[in-house]
Amino acid sequence: MLQTQGLTASYGQFKALFGIDIRVDAGECVAIIGANGAGKTTLMRAIAGVLRNAPEMILHRGEPIGDMAADRVMRRGIAMVPEGRRLFPSLTVEENLLIGGQVRRAAGPWDLAAVHRLFPILKERRSNPATALSGGQQQMVAIGRALMSNPEVLLCDEISLGLAPVVIRDIYAALPAIRATGAAVVLVEQDIARALAVADRVYCLMEGRVTLEGRPRELTREAIHAAYFGALA
Amino acid sequence: MIWVNTVVQGLMLGGLYALFATGLSLVFGIMRLVNLAHGDLIVFAAFAILVIVEVLGLDPFVSALLAAPLLFAAGWALQRLVLNRVLGRDILPPLLVTFGLSVALQNGMLEVFSADSRRIRSGALESASVALGPVTLGMLPLLTFASAVAAIFLLNRIFYATALGRAFRATSDDPVTASLMGINPRSVFAIATGLAMVTVTLAALYLGMRANFDPSIGPARLIYAFEAVIIGGLGSLWGTLAGGIIIGLAQTAGAAVNPEWQILAGHLAFLVVLLVRPRGLFPRAFD
Amino acid sequence: MGARVTVATRAGRAAGIAALALLALGLALPAFAGRAMIQDLFFILTMLTLAQFWNLLAGYGGLVSVGQQAFVGIGAYAMFAGVILAGWDPVPAILLGGLAGLALAVPAAWFAFRLQGAYFAIATWVLAEVTRLSVAQWKALGGGTGTSLPREATSDMAFVAAIGRLFSVREAAARDILAYWLALALAAATVGGIYALLRTRHGLALAAVRDNTEAAKAVGVDAVRLKWLVYLIAAFGTGLAGALVYVQKARISPDAAFSVTDWTAYVIFIVVIGGIGTIEGPILGVLVFFALQSAFADYGSWYLMALGLIGIAIMLFAPRGLWGLIADRTGLHLFPVRRRLETGHATTRGD
Repeated sequence: MLQTQGLTASYGQFKALFGIDIRVDAGECVAIIGANGAGKTTLMRAIAGVLRNAPEMILHRGEPIGDMAADRVMRRGIAMVPEGRRLFPSLTVEENLLIGGQVRRAAGPWDLAAVHRLFPILKERRSNPATALSGGQQQMVAIGRALMSNPEVLLCDEISLGLAPVVIRDIYAALPAIRATGAAVVLVEQDIARALAVADRVYCLMEGRVTLEGRPRELTREAIHAAYFGALA
Repeated sequence: MIWVNTVVQGLMLGGLYALFATGLSLVFGIMRLVNLAHGDLIVFAAFAILVIVEVLGLDPFVSALLAAPLLFAAGWALQRLVLNRVLGRDILPPLLVTFGLSVALQNGMLEVFSADSRRIRSGALESASVALGPVTLGMLPLLTFASAVAAIFLLNRIFYATALGRAFRATSDDPVTASLMGINPRSVFAIATGLAMVTVTLAALYLGMRANFDPSIGPARLIYAFEAVIIGGLGSLWGTLAGGIIIGLAQTAGAAVNPEWQILAGHLAFLVVLLVRPRGLFPRAFD
Repeated sequence: MGARVTVATRAGRAAGIAALALLALGLALPAFAGRAMIQDLFFILTMLTLAQFWNLLAGYGGLVSVGQQAFVGIGAYAMFAGVILAGWDPVPAILLGGLAGLALAVPAAWFAFRLQGAYFAIATWVLAEVTRLSVAQWKALGGGTGTSLPREATSDMAFVAAIGRLFSVREAAARDILAYWLALALAAATVGGIYALLRTRHGLALAAVRDNTEAAKAVGVDAVRLKWLVYLIAAFGTGLAGALVYVQKARISPDAAFSVTDWTAYVIFIVVIGGIGTIEGPILGVLVFFALQSAFADYGSWYLMALGLIGIAIMLFAPRGLWGLIADRTGLHLFPVRRRLETGHATTRGD
């Protein structure tokens, strides 16, 4: 349903991605793992349309979308939880959620009440400025905000970054409920064990290339280690 | 009791300056765009109203109502075709483009409308006044002030109680993340500039009814408007009203001492406020 | 294989020789040029000086000022004060203009440097207005209506009689020649001085601050001191230029001497059309500006309207100006300031 073919990306002179081929099927949970600087976030930004590419490098439902701006990509049903959460500081918690579904709201289970059921604390703190919340609560807002459009694909970039383990567990506890609604989820995650535990399939990136692909139970520790850190001499 | 009169007159003048500044504040707040052509756009709108009044023989208020959608479209197109292309981290390109626009607009109007002073005639309203206790107030200044308050109130409602206002604030915070919400920042900016042009129409109506105007007076109005915006603080519309009132009060007070000091006193008030509060009276907590 | 860091280019050396030749030609010009040409060149040279200083501020220092008319005006008025109130000769009184520019720049910078970006730009404009309105209160120099240099001050001006004898011209023409020579000297010193400044470590630091203030601070560049340096230099030079312009005009009023159009708007156009952030840009810009003005100024406001539209078009389609277009096509740098690593056998075009 969502597919990249030979996707490249660069920041000025610096090339960050060298021909990435990945595939996400409907309803699937795909994890993208890799060390810092492997190109995971760049890949997410390219798919979401923040970075522009040649049209055919990204296909959605068979149509080329690589050259679309982020707002058009989002209106096709590909929503993103960006790295660092990026909540709008001028908006309250509730407004941050509402704005996620303001331009596109496909038919689906997610609305303000459903997000509040998923993360009850957000109802309690609905009128607070979004940036007054704790890191974990802010992450819940960012996820809820992306869900409000009832996306077909949810791109989650490093949702556990900088959070305490107990908070990460709470956030990941929401994943089954999200998947139950039929959305495909792409998780960028540095924590290999967590990624393997929740994903249907895994891609490992190193230095801008896919070094490993497979279902979690088919992958050996050694193979993952080699793909993640590079072959050790 | 003279000082009461001075204060009230200053307040009324401040209303006019706030009205000049509202559109500027809107655009500055949402996209950090310093529009040096704002004063000339007010004069342009005044000519547009004047033409409608004279050609169709309509009442100035009705004419302004007709002019408003046209000017909204002009602002929208200006943003889409020109200003969106130069917005970015560097403030110089938009500054220079709007400056070029100011020069072009001023001289274009000079060719079309000549350098003659004009006025939008409003009949009996021109000389109407009301007595409020010890002070007598002109009906037009009073209407100006009321319009400024009403315009700012309405814009605030749009900002804080509508989906459009939410998009304005979100885009102002972070255009990239706003685009991840399906919002096209360029369209949002175009709507904001269109809306600013509607407030410009309102400002132009009172500018044209209260005093003579000609194509060259834009920049002088612009500087007061900027002072009001900066005193108020980036993005705060009520702050802009407060800023306009401070400039208005300072000018009337200065003029009461010595008529030659009117303008100087306004500028000095601006400098003093900035000295004490470099980010204005009501700045946002973040930028 | 020896490697060294160099800023020299072949075009740069050729340009240096050409500049010296031009300067010699410029000095000798009054011997065979008419008075109208001398006046035109005076205009070009003073505008070039103003443009170079604005470019130093905005293009190199990142300080977008729309209030440089404050320094033109205060410089001109200081010169008038020296002549009328203290009985100085106008030529040495030009120095007073530079000093007055400096004196105004200290409080102005102290105030304006607290502000960023657009706020800074607007504040410089307001400060210029405050200066204009204050000077308009100076009754001894004509208040709001202005005044003229006394007849005896202009006729007894230093060197004028000697120049008149040298070229056998009348006093008024001799005065124009003197003003022209002074403008030539000021413009040459400005271009040479700014070029020299940019080639020092200050120049390198300026580029660093302009590109990224925070990063520059992190590597030990004192951004605030650099801004002060640039602002004070520009104020001094702009004050001198203002005084010189009004020695030639011999008649002053606050509205003219503090005109935002004449001393800032046109100057910005010159820099933008030519190419901001280069020394070549303002030179090219002033020539284009002068050519446009002599060809089309008769069309009055149509001309100014076209000028505004040209400015917009340049910003939209060639934001680095005409010189930017030329440099991109040819790789030419007449005033090379970039450091390049030159290796023993390297033949690559490093810039």
